[in-house]
Amino acid sequence: MIRKSLTVLVIDENHIRASIIEAGLREAGHEQVTVLHDVAGIARRIAEIEPDVIVIDLENPNRDMLENMFQLSRVVKRPIAMFVDRSDQASIEAAVEAGVSAYVVDGLRQERVKPILDMAISRFNAFSRMARELEEARSELEDRKVIDRAKGILMRSRCLSEDAAYALLRKTAMNQNRKISEIAQSLVTAAGLLDSGES
Amino acid sequence: MAAEHQINAGFMPLFDSAVLVAAKEIGFAAREGVDLTLSRETSWANIRDRIAIGHFDLAHMLGPMPIACNLGLTPLASDTIVPFSLGLGGNCVTVSNTLWAGMAEHGALPDLDPARAGKALGALIRERANAGRDPLRFAVVHPHSGHNYELRYWLAACGIDPSREIEIVIVPPPFMADALAAGRIDGYCAGEPWNSASVVAGTGHIATVKATIWKTSPEKVVGVRKAWAEKHPEALSALLRALHHAARWCQDPANRGELAALMAQPSFLGLSPALQMPILTGHLALGGGAELTVEDFFLAFGKAANFPWKSHALWFYTQMVRWGQVKHSAAHMALARDTYRPDLYRAALKPLGVALPGANAKVEGALTAATPVGSAGASLVLGPDGFFDGRIFDPDRIDEYLAVRDWAML
Repeated sequence: MIRKSLTVLVIDENHIRASIIEAGLREAGHEQVTVLHDVAGIARRIAEIEPDVIVIDLENPNRDMLENMFQLSRVVKRPIAMFVDRSDQASIEAAVEAGVSAYVVDGLRQERVKPILDMAISRFNAFSRMARELEEARSELEDRKVIDRAKGILMRSRCLSEDAAYALLRKTAMNQNRKISEIAQSLVTAAGLLDSGES
Repeated sequence: MAAEHQINAGFMPLFDSAVLVAAKEIGFAAREGVDLTLSRETSWANIRDRIAIGHFDLAHMLGPMPIACNLGLTPLASDTIVPFSLGLGGNCVTVSNTLWAGMAEHGALPDLDPARAGKALGALIRERANAGRDPLRFAVVHPHSGHNYELRYWLAACGIDPSREIEIVIVPPPFMADALAAGRIDGYCAGEPWNSASVVAGTGHIATVKATIWKTSPEKVVGVRKAWAEKHPEALSALLRALHHAARWCQDPANRGELAALMAQPSFLGLSPALQMPILTGHLALGGGAELTVEDFFLAFGKAANFPWKSHALWFYTQMVRWGQVKHSAAHMALARDTYRPDLYRAALKPLGVALPGANAKVEGALTAATPVGSAGASLVLGPDGFFDGRIFDPDRIDEYLAVRDWAML
């Protein structure tokens, strides 16, 4: 007997993260996946889609509205409960830490839903890691720009070579136990102040 | 000196988180040896979840929320206790300009009188029903909230059946003003500054306020994970003392400017300091140029505002029963009563020699004027605490209270 595949609804205001989740669900063989980015008219959509599982990001301020709607089964036809079962503390913690929550229709067996939640947790974590790495790359680029400007100032004002200017920044940073980019930023700020004083 | 106690707390961006915020930012917590970490949350569901899994030891909560948790009415419910109340009052019922104009035609005046406003609203609702129009849609912030219960209490006492004659939906407080302006809802009951936000935007009118529906009535509380409280009684006591000092500081008119500026910061409310002033002064712009000063509009400290009255817990419980959220039983009633813990409040504050109420519960609605009451060693004033319809809530006679059927509900 072939089991009817589960219908999954993903509610996430973050479009990129939502498509990462959607891709993961499709790779896992779930073909009936709907993604919603905002909750306008959500009651009607849920009534149309009749999802077995609803995955939602914890940053969404509409969770209270959704939970209230799930409890009034008049709107959504079938009662929906929060997935996280008291017996599975590890899953709850992993989900909250990853920033995701799931709701399932009453009576759906836990082992059918757990792989979906596990997948969502790992994809949410992967997304956070990616966002963090992007942020790090961005700040590294900013650091490099400010260091270049500081080197330029030193090269002009003290007639140093590029290497010597960098060595001076590095030595100062080591002596003061600070990051090179911080020393560079101080220098750029100070130079800016002196310049505007002259003009 | 390193802090003796580390405490993690969650809060929602609402003005009545002020006592927690001031405890941290003005230094009252540090003075009691508490290193308090505050995390802003986006939903009450998140607060409940993070309490349950231990991310938070305690949190800013809606007064009925810990009771709903203990009664098992919510998912991921964990045993939660209430040793401190974060204030009395502070909510309003705000309606769209269109609805206000309709209510005014039926006799509503900009005087915040709940009976007059309710009568006008009832007449308008019947007129709409006769014309075959859709029912009005009101929003509250959560099904287990003072907002939901006071809105329903007000309507029912004015002969309007809130379950049938209007629709009640849930909207997060920061979205209320937008939903009203966009016409998705016709009115809402929410805490400040989200009512003044609609008035300032010119898209709403304050029809009545919590402080006139039920004077000096309970609102937000500090909900504490019971298991944590039992394991860390000294940390909890130290925090309660810090909150006591913070609440007194918040209530002092001399600190209004500083408090408004603090709450205006992006990490707390992220709204202009001017928008924080109505709740601090009780002087409200109602819309359409009308202004009114409401006595005891919001009390952060005075009139035993921080005392977790068991009669408050029990009144919330009666409303859960009344609106079909839970079945009435002796066991359920005991769970609700035991959620609020005046004993912990007393134990923490006794060393300070401050005024403490003599009882753990009171007959709500019995005081028609401010009344000095006997307390342990210092003076304390309570009330007026009346309901606008004159009903009395005696926590020792709950069956009788629940047995009275409202004529509108027949």
